[in-house]
Amino acid sequence: MSLKLKALKKSLWVYHVSGGSCNNCDIEILDLLTPRFDVERFGIILAASPRHADVLLCTGIVNKKCVERVKEVYQQTPKPCVVVAVGTCSCSGGIFRDGYQMAGPLDKIIPVDVYIPGCPPKPESIIAGIVKFLKELK
Amino acid sequence: MNMIYIFGFFILSFFVLSIIGLFVSWIDRKLTARIQWRVGPPWYQNFADIIKLSGKEVLISENGNKFMFVFAPILGVISATICGTVIFFVLKKNFGFGGDLILLVYLLIIPSLSIILGGSSSGNVLASVGISRELKLLLSYELPFICGIIIPAIKSGSTTSLIEIIKHQQIYGSNIFSLSGIIGFIIILISSCGKVGVVPFDLAEAETEIAGGALIEYSGILLGFYKLAKSILFVVVPSFIVILYLGGSAINSFSGFLIFVVKYLIVLILITLIRNTNPRLRIDQVFKFFWGWLTLIGILGILFTLSGV
Ligand code: SF4
Repeated sequence: MSLKLKALKKSLWVYHVSGGSCNNCDIEILDLLTPRFDVERFGIILAASPRHADVLLCTGIVNKKCVERVKEVYQQTPKPCVVVAVGTCSCSGGIFRDGYQMAGPLDKIIPVDVYIPGCPPKPESIIAGIVKFLKELK
Repeated sequence: MNMIYIFGFFILSFFVLSIIGLFVSWIDRKLTARIQWRVGPPWYQNFADIIKLSGKEVLISENGNKFMFVFAPILGVISATICGTVIFFVLKKNFGFGGDLILLVYLLIIPSLSIILGGSSSGNVLASVGISRELKLLLSYELPFICGIIIPAIKSGSTTSLIEIIKHQQIYGSNIFSLSGIIGFIIILISSCGKVGVVPFDLAEAETEIAGGALIEYSGILLGFYKLAKSILFVVVPSFIVILYLGGSAINSFSGFLIFVVKYLIVLILITLIRNTNPRLRIDQVFKFFWGWLTLIGILGILFTLSGV
């Protein structure tokens, strides 16, 4: 494994993309970044701009208004980057799968690396998902 | 031959300063974590950040000035390294020249200027808000910072040479042990928080309001250069304060080196404590604070110094 990949695994900067969620997943993500869960011990910090980010935490079904924006954010993120679908909505559509505004789920629009189901997923399960993914990453 | 020697020395000091700087920023991050009752990042965290950034794609914005966009972060790192080299020569080799104090004041402005240059050439709206804040911040903290530099310069017999200031303190005791010394130390400590851009005065990079501000368009190693410049400033500015106020012992012998490190850590921890116990200020509050109270107290300090208190 190269040094750069090792460094990437130790320092993931997270950017939070909301593609039309019910806001509950976003609250769980904010919870995740509080001192109680302390994700800085894995080197994860919240980045302010997609240009600084390595991980896109995407929530929500991607609705028709958001498709362009989500694509734009994905293109603005310097590669290599990891896309995480947080919540049942962005994994599969969840309770909104038959909604008239549904344009997703997320993996129809951008390539997704990690799926974390749950409505909303607990911060613990988001951490568990990302840590499992890091173990798999080669 | 001479040029090659100087260039080689510059590269060497860049690496040494970066390693020390990244380690020192880790101390700052770890301490912050402990204050917030967290575990905090492991010791190699900042190194991992920089190595990761060097492996990432560099995106250059289309509607900006491309040359300035690439050049500005490099300028910041270079000037910060030169500051570090000057201070190293003063401490280790006892080599200095009349006026190196003034040289350092000028060189320490350039990292902030490089943020302004880079932000303004990135062609982003939020970046322009960021640089306007950075510019006002630069104007506001520079005045009390210079008050804080004038006080030890007058105390050591009106000299602008760092060597003279250290020698004077070795004979007559550190500058901080007097009323005007304490005033000057507090002033320079607070304004140096603005200089390294930590929390009460980090409004140019405010993540929550303007999404990274001046640095919003930077990615990859160019962002890494800004981070490096900032961490080198974390080495340079506290050691500058140690030289001016805390006696700045020469680091020729091992014991002298240890004493210097302890003094340096005291200043660093004070800056970290200020950063962790204060919320971010608005730009008008910053301006009023620096040009109002702090400058008034600074002028008072200079008057005290002139009357020998
Ligand atoms: S997964 Fe559940 S909590 Fe998350 S956005 Fe969808 S409906 Fe809301």
